[in-house]
Amino acid sequence: MRPDRASVQPGDDVLLSGWGGTAPSRARLTTPLNDADVGTLLDAAPERGAIARGLGRAYSDAAQNAGGMVLDMTAMAGVHAVHLGRGIVTVGAGTSLDALMRWLVPRGWFPITPGTRFVTVGGAIASDVHGKGHHADGTFGQHVRSLTLRTGGGEVLTLTPETTPERFWATVGGLGLTGVILDATFDLIPIETSLMSVDEERCRDLDDLMSRMVEGDERYRYSVAWIDCLARGASLGRGILGRGNHARLDQLPKERRRSPHRFDPKPVLVAPPFMPSGLVNTLSMRAFNELWFRKARHRHEGTLQSIGFFFHTLDMVEGWNRIYGVSGFVQYQFVVPDDAQEAVRIAVERLSGAGTASFLAVLKRFGPQNPGMLSFPTSGWTLALDIPVGNPGLPQLLDRLDDIVLGAGGRVYLSKDSRTRPEHLAQMYPRLDEFREVRAKLDPNGVITSDLARRLAL
Amino acid sequence: MNDALGSPQSVLCLGGGSEIALATVRKLVGARCRTVVLAGRDPGALTTPAKELRDLGATTVETVAFDALEVASHDAFVADVFSSHGDFDLVLLAFGVLGDQDLAETDGAEARRIVATNFIGAVSVLVPVVQALRKQGHGTIVVLSSVAGERARKSNFVYGSSKAGLDAYCQGLGDSLVGTGVRVMIVRPGFVHTKMTEGMAAAPLSTTPEVVADAIVTGLGRGSEIVWAPAPLRFVMSALRHVPRAMFRRLPV
Ligand SMILES: Cc1cc2nc3c(=O)[nH]c(=O)nc-3n(C[C@H](O)[C@H](O)[C@H](O)COP(=O)(O)OP(=O)(O)OC[C@H]3O[C@@H](n4cnc5c(N)ncnc54)[C@H](O)[C@@H]3O)c2cc1C
Ligand SMILES: NC(=O)c1ccc[n+]([C@@H]2O[C@H](COP(=O)([O-])OP(=O)(O)OC[C@H]3O[C@@H](n4cnc5c(N)ncnc54)[C@H](OP(=O)(O)O)[C@@H]3O)[C@@H](O)[C@H]2O)c1
Repeated sequence: MRPDRASVQPGDDVLLSGWGGTAPSRARLTTPLNDADVGTLLDAAPERGAIARGLGRAYSDAAQNAGGMVLDMTAMAGVHAVHLGRGIVTVGAGTSLDALMRWLVPRGWFPITPGTRFVTVGGAIASDVHGKGHHADGTFGQHVRSLTLRTGGGEVLTLTPETTPERFWATVGGLGLTGVILDATFDLIPIETSLMSVDEERCRDLDDLMSRMVEGDERYRYSVAWIDCLARGASLGRGILGRGNHARLDQLPKERRRSPHRFDPKPVLVAPPFMPSGLVNTLSMRAFNELWFRKARHRHEGTLQSIGFFFHTLDMVEGWNRIYGVSGFVQYQFVVPDDAQEAVRIAVERLSGAGTASFLAVLKRFGPQNPGMLSFPTSGWTLALDIPVGNPGLPQLLDRLDDIVLGAGGRVYLSKDSRTRPEHLAQMYPRLDEFREVRAKLDPNGVITSDLARRLAL
Repeated sequence: MNDALGSPQSVLCLGGGSEIALATVRKLVGARCRTVVLAGRDPGALTTPAKELRDLGATTVETVAFDALEVASHDAFVADVFSSHGDFDLVLLAFGVLGDQDLAETDGAEARRIVATNFIGAVSVLVPVVQALRKQGHGTIVVLSSVAGERARKSNFVYGSSKAGLDAYCQGLGDSLVGTGVRVMIVRPGFVHTKMTEGMAAAPLSTTPEVVADAIVTGLGRGSEIVWAPAPLRFVMSALRHVPRAMFRRLPV
């Protein structure tokens, strides 16, 4: 039977949460198939409004709308236009970076990518995502030439950084709150091969790690460090620094040169569907971290790694978020200015001291900020880590870290936040009022909203 | 909205004068809660705790009239309070009466008052509360049950049975709400030093409203379905549950 194209299906009521699995809420989930469907749905949005959702990889409640409507954008996927000679593509906002890369990498092009390929282009713009290459390439939004936005007010707008800077930079990083992105045109990075040439260094403590980053990051297009948050005392902040560039053709072994752009990543493990809470504890994490740290040699240069291994390590374990059990986990990610190394040290110290099992602590240096009003990256240090919920002292611990971050002139990443205090928002994001003004103009009747917008009184 | 760590931003407290409820709300205001509605039989008596909550940082604190026994008023009461305040992330059902067991054994009016408050009154107000929370697509209901409902004792079985009814209702309710974004957390305190137990000889493992409040806050953070306060009661009760009747009735509890 052919689907009824004249009227989009009303959808089902479902429980939705972010990638962390916390604070689920129920909404009507609809699936627009084209631009007209998005219009129809927004025009008939319920009293509690509507929000777009991509692949649900935001850790927080950004793509939820309790009691209202959520538009699952993933059916609006596909390449609309392409100029491969110049590395420009136009895709539907629901296109995943995974699908896009499977198509682009064999053709010698590469997008800005976060730590997972399983995000949509709409989600990448709405969170203005960054990758390991932020210090060299900036955010995803900085590569967008134009995008089409369906606003809550009923308009369909073409936004570009040159012609409509305010609305464009409110939408980039705007958490879906300026409207539904229908498609986007953006620039790609040319690559000679689908492999990465990677240097790895084992760093004995935080000072060692940070000074190596300050000193050498500009030699690499991509750089990130993994910190073992369970190491204490003299080894506090020990970690592994992994930096790399796209491998040139002449760096490939002969047999790979015939298919330099081969790209076919697969998950190597699948996490079981149900896990009891509490399995991830300090002991199991300590053993894991010890292994991880020992695995890296002191210094390892020019290793060839696949794109999947280098950029999307976690994608190799399908459904890895389930290992935290049914109560879920939060990700805490902040950025503080370059001179606030001390704030990073305190955060690592507090989190190590609290024995809060953390699967990952990732440290990176950001390059300069872009004009995105709610875009997260600003130049300085960013630390991100996962923490299972349920530990009674956790809310207070994170509140104290917020205070330290604020004191240092930093901010938390809203696409990952699920617990910060609304009263701190204006200080973290000084352009919040500008964002609110643009949003109010685009959506005078307040059709577009989300759980995150309610929680943080955006 | 409730945040990822179980902190609500708005609370509706049914039985706003309850010492356990107020100890809990004070802790929640210390975290993220900014809107509190205290509902009780005598709103005038709630102005002092309301002021205290404002001093602690709550920005909107209101007191409203609510009587668990006036069941006919419950639907309108709930509609009203939700329409004037918007979402409630947490509804704390705290009202209850211990009653006079000896009197209730001979006086039907006293027995009816206990059951009508603790069970009928609670069910009656929960029906519209659940509808309102389902509509908003999220929210938590915290219900003060009691260990007394776990196994009826000859010394307070009227109260105990009313709490047993409430507890059973809320277990089923919680299961029926899976997938709606609304959840129910049942709290089973033991002997707590409050107005309710004033002048009574403290039972073993007796505790304070603050301890119960901490257990509630921790339970919210963990997403617990049942919370015992103090925590060891869970093990005491799981043993007592299996004591044979003939022996149980001779226990000095
Ligand atoms: C393992 C892992 C690693 C990650 N690594 C990084 C990283 O390195 N750097 C980084 O920046 N982020 C990272 N993230 C976060 C992730 O990239 C972002 O949260 C991203 O927005 C998720 O995209 P999504 O398509 O899943 O969107 P969702 O999570 O579904 O939604 C996120 C936001 O985008 C909005 N949105 C989605 N589609 C549209 C649309 N069509 N129009 C308007 N708004 C829309 C939603 O309303 C919501 O506000 C990571 C997440 C995971 C799980
Ligand atoms: N204290 C304990 O040992 C203990 C143990 C287990 C469970 N509990 C339960 O915990 C809850 C709170 O008790 P508490 O210890 O905090 O006692 P409390 O301070 O006496 O609180 C009980 C509250 O219930 C209110 N109430 C009674 N009848 C009502 C009615 N018809 N309508 C509206 N409100 C009514 C009372 O209001 P007024 O101020 O108007 O009287 C009072 O504020 C109760 O459900 C109780 O059964 C208590």
